[in-house]
Amino acid sequence: MSFFNKLKEGLKKTRENMGRKFFEAFKAKELDGNFYDELEMAMISSDMGVTATEQVLEELKSTLPKKKITKPAEAKEELKRILLESIDYIIPEYTMPLVLMISGVNGVGKTTAVGKLAHLFVTQGKSVVIAAADTFRAAASEQLEIWAKRAGVRIISSMSGSDPAAVVFDTLASAKAHNTDVVLIDTAGRLHNKVNLMQELKKINKVVEREMPDADKRNLIVLDATTGQNAVTQVDVFNDAIDIDGIILTKLDGTAKGGVIMAISADYGLPVYYVGIGEQIDDLLPFNAEEFINAII
Amino acid sequence: MSLFENLSQKINHVFSKLRNKSGLTELELKEAMREVRLALLEADVNYIVAKDFIKNVTDKAIGTDILKGLDSSQQIIKLVNEELIELMGSKLSKLAIADRPPTIYMVCGLQGSGKTTMCGKLAKLLSKDKKVLLVACDIYRPAAIKQLQVVGEKAKVEVFEMGQSNPVKIASEAVHYAKDNSFDIVIVDTAGRLHIDETLMEELKALKKNIIPDEILLVVDSMLGQDSVNVAQKFNEDLNVTGIILTKLDGDTRGGAALSIKEVTGKPIKYIGVGERMEDIEPFHPDRMASRILGMGDVLTLIEKAQDAISEEEARKLAKKLKTQSFDLEDYLDQLESIKKMGGMRSMLNMIPGVSGKIKEEDLDEKAMEKTKAIILSMTPAERRDPDIIKSSRRKRIAKGSGTTVQDVNKLLNQFEQMKTLMKRMKSGRFKLPF
Repeated sequence: MSFFNKLKEGLKKTRENMGRKFFEAFKAKELDGNFYDELEMAMISSDMGVTATEQVLEELKSTLPKKKITKPAEAKEELKRILLESIDYIIPEYTMPLVLMISGVNGVGKTTAVGKLAHLFVTQGKSVVIAAADTFRAAASEQLEIWAKRAGVRIISSMSGSDPAAVVFDTLASAKAHNTDVVLIDTAGRLHNKVNLMQELKKINKVVEREMPDADKRNLIVLDATTGQNAVTQVDVFNDAIDIDGIILTKLDGTAKGGVIMAISADYGLPVYYVGIGEQIDDLLPFNAEEFINAII
Repeated sequence: MSLFENLSQKINHVFSKLRNKSGLTELELKEAMREVRLALLEADVNYIVAKDFIKNVTDKAIGTDILKGLDSSQQIIKLVNEELIELMGSKLSKLAIADRPPTIYMVCGLQGSGKTTMCGKLAKLLSKDKKVLLVACDIYRPAAIKQLQVVGEKAKVEVFEMGQSNPVKIASEAVHYAKDNSFDIVIVDTAGRLHIDETLMEELKALKKNIIPDEILLVVDSMLGQDSVNVAQKFNEDLNVTGIILTKLDGDTRGGAALSIKEVTGKPIKYIGVGERMEDIEPFHPDRMASRILGMGDVLTLIEKAQDAISEEEARKLAKKLKTQSFDLEDYLDQLESIKKMGGMRSMLNMIPGVSGKIKEEDLDEKAMEKTKAIILSMTPAERRDPDIIKSSRRKRIAKGSGTTVQDVNKLLNQFEQMKTLMKRMKSGRFKLPF
């Protein structure tokens, strides 16, 4: 199945629930105040946030007359174009060896995303090793070990409560010894206001830079598509601690739209790398901005 | 605590612009309300809930004389506060207890909402005076049972598990086990699921039918965005939940879910999770939450206390004395008594927004007030009414009588003199007294 079809399938409920709001808005006969009000509601309901919504609406209001657009159907294409511009980035190609450090707050689906990523790289013929650096949450490494087994990759873990940076160190040593292509680091979920845990993340980051200075290293933050404007704060704080390169957007198969990435992508210039749209091991897909917009509006 | 800080700051900013304004135009009110609406939306309050909220406050303000009054912005803050409390459920809601043990709580919610951790926190809280059993019914997520076991160990509560077998069977067996071993409370941890996953929702329905829980608690991540109401609504439709537990209120969570879910489902929020430690669970007080959101410290309580401590009659008399400049040490003594009745300086200051937490121990000498009182009480009624007659020998006598020094008496008299000069400058009406 293509990205589009899968996404469409995954977003079916979303479209039924919230896509209807956009649909209703674009059913308007003319582009009046009422039309913009409905559009505002649709955008805010998709978690795009007040600021991004107002910016987009303003741009729409100024470009529509310039382009002499009067029909809602044409306005819809214009809206898609504006939205696309804010999230369409070219992601630099990976070079091997690759180190992906996966971070994010509690419960967004980090561990699951790491398992699925492992599977994705394996299907591309890469060798993978996972660092179970979430030594904080109860039973996190057990959960990851099950995923590693499913994906058929190596995993380095240690006792619960031990130093995560040490686990990462061991994993990198193992990767160098085995000439492994991809290292995936699963970190402990942390609320972004916990200073100590953010320090720990910095330490892991340093270990990677020191041990594999030539590796292609990307820091990806996992965001839950159902999260509201808090996602902005999450990116802000993690970005301060470890320079985020991109986003993995999970749980897009619920009824939420993940509109918050509009706000984030625009503000931070961060591309979305992957989206998670289901519970199966192959339900993590590389992101396609155009199809994403087409699927939600 | 940074809870709701964003929302609180923004709303405060709106009202600070209105403060000290006498009378408001409808336009000014609407502009302020527009900004409140934006603040609510940025805090992830549901679009429709925010819209209704603003409409209610605006209608109420316009329908009364509030706009014309001297303290209209205070009145509007009061309206907003009342409306917030209304939105969140007006009063504390406790967990139901079965007539005959065991009491059964079924805990459900989306993946990653913090169910398992919350089960542990609840277990720990309730196990203070009850025998609690945790039941592992999440047979899907890898290592979920193990996580509950670890959590149970931390809470020092027994965990019942039967591996990956049928959840309905596990729960029924657990209830039997609880009866046989005289447990008071059974907490059933279910698998996280998407609210649109019909198969898994059916499983929860079957579970409910089988164990007939006393409470069905929906765990909701307070970071949820606009979708929170859809999630809560669907769970409520399918299971008729009895209460809501909000988790992760310790990040600088915007917490809009807290403001939306009760309104949409009609079900009370019973507990909130406020940290990663097992003890980080609090009962939910809608009124206190409203005060926090408005950054009000707890001004309403302060106002109530002032009303209790000083009758309207007394207040009027005092105002008259101030105007005619016949305020004497007798009245000063009354004021000190009133402050004491209101819980002392420290507790009063802590209820004032912006002041709370900034007062250092050494800045505030509650004993100094006692000293002042003792000095005044050692004066004759004539001296209190006319402090000018207090010369050297009287000062010595007063110092002796109150167990202080002449310097202390001098200091008090000087302070009082300064205060009177200050009062003369306060032209009546322009400079308002706090009481």
